[in-house]
Amino acid sequence: MSKKFSGSTVLVIILAVCGFLFLYLPVVVVVMYSFNTDAISSFPMSGFTLKWYKAMFANTELIKSLRNSLIVAFIGTGLAILIGVPGAYGMYKLKFPGKKALEKMVILPMMLPGIITGITILSFLQLVGVVQGAFAVVLGHTTFLLGTVLPQVYTRLRQLDRNLLEASQDLGAGGAQTFFHVILPNIKTSVFGAALLSITLSLDEIPVTFFLNGVFTTLPIKIYGMTRNGFTPEINAICSLILLASVAAVIISNKLSAKEAV
Amino acid sequence: MKIKSKYSPGTRKFLQYGLILPLVLWLFMFLIVPYVNLLINSFWKNGAFKVEHTFTLENYIKFFTSGTGTNRPVMVLLDTLRISAIVMVCSILISFPIAYFINFKVKKNKQLFYMLAIIPLWVSYIMRAYSWRIILGTNGILNSFFMWTGLTKEPIDAFLYSDVSVIIAMVHIYTPFVLMPMYTAMEQIPRNLLEASKDLGCGRIRTFFKVLLPLTLPGVLTGGTYALALSMGDFLAPSLLGGASTSTKIANIAQLQFGTSNNWPYGAAIGVIIFVLILLIILVMGRLEKHFSKLEPGKE
Repeated sequence: MSKKFSGSTVLVIILAVCGFLFLYLPVVVVVMYSFNTDAISSFPMSGFTLKWYKAMFANTELIKSLRNSLIVAFIGTGLAILIGVPGAYGMYKLKFPGKKALEKMVILPMMLPGIITGITILSFLQLVGVVQGAFAVVLGHTTFLLGTVLPQVYTRLRQLDRNLLEASQDLGAGGAQTFFHVILPNIKTSVFGAALLSITLSLDEIPVTFFLNGVFTTLPIKIYGMTRNGFTPEINAICSLILLASVAAVIISNKLSAKEAV
Repeated sequence: MKIKSKYSPGTRKFLQYGLILPLVLWLFMFLIVPYVNLLINSFWKNGAFKVEHTFTLENYIKFFTSGTGTNRPVMVLLDTLRISAIVMVCSILISFPIAYFINFKVKKNKQLFYMLAIIPLWVSYIMRAYSWRIILGTNGILNSFFMWTGLTKEPIDAFLYSDVSVIIAMVHIYTPFVLMPMYTAMEQIPRNLLEASKDLGCGRIRTFFKVLLPLTLPGVLTGGTYALALSMGDFLAPSLLGGASTSTKIANIAQLQFGTSNNWPYGAAIGVIIFVLILLIILVMGRLEKHFSKLEPGKE
């Protein structure tokens, strides 16, 4: 055997290929069977069709749940940006007791399983008399989205040259001027990247939404319900389209953060 | 010369604190207060038609004493821990060769391979959980494939609605969480350290165990924590892929209390137990991570 391909290298390659296969098998299966003519997904495939995509677009409840999801994702992300970006900037500028604790607390809803955020907010909202629905879902989503927006923006801020701030202030710029003309242009792609990631996470969220939605159905909750009521390849079609959208979002967000890091 | 700001220093500080005020208020309102509220709820009594605000320990007592055999909530919790530990170990075992391969064997387009490895993380949760139903189901792809090849005549029921299918799906769902920090840890290992180890006569295997593994360990622990904590609280994968009673996990019991069982105080108590357990896991894993990131490679 040549030196380049020793036994251990071959082993690593085989294991890595198996790993990739495991990660991709379900994705490939769902996409392939979204074009399968039979309603039952069995091997071999029975033929090519687009009828499940047609059925999906004709499903008005499904389209409505997509609209609901988009509303929640955009409002939740908007709030998380409006609260998280100034928050990150304040944490970057100020020294105050409990800053480390605050940093840890923000990411708690990302570290803990969604059920914890779901039931805590549900119990709290019941206490103050807010009923389950769109409003409750937005509150829940904003809370965990802060856990992705704030750390990302804060990390980016800390990579900035401190002299930038001082120079701006020495030149007489006020706080707001410094933020909008000096800081924001330097962090805007990471803010945009964080927003994109938030939207993706929000659109996919089930465990928090599950406890807060009431009759307000979001897309993943709707799909979850469909999968429980038995099997239809329509689900494959929806999932394939969501896959396409989220992969596009991730690639864009990755490109953006790579651009800024340079 | 410093140009004077239009605000006094005091006002400036005040305005700056205004930046973090919405954040602090939001976290207080929708994180701290709900957490405390859940804790309080867990000590309330579940009356016939409504929750009575009288202090009781019965929810916790119920958790530790009710049921029989494997149906006891306490046994379900232990079973959940066991499943989550298996999920964590499997995720680590799958991630390691992938991270190692991309870091040390791929010469060109490393970034592309890394992207390919983490894209499954962005595949929607429901799609990943549900896809295993298509694959493992009685009329699913695996069974029909076996029958097509003639390996079996009858479909095998054992794949789906068992702990095995729950574990497979959760490993698939949580592997990327392990892979990312593991990859980063490996990426940060100075390449000359590995060269030096080899130059000093350490064999491939010694270098692997004395240098590479200890330096990757902090990343493994970070990822492992995510896999363990998140799979422990997952009630969706068990309900989609698990059997009716065999695969009920602790989060499913909690979820039921807020739904059909309608016993919120008991649900709150289970929530508190899950919460505390996960915080403990995070703390212990964090300690271990600190401990191992201080270790110098190869120190005996």
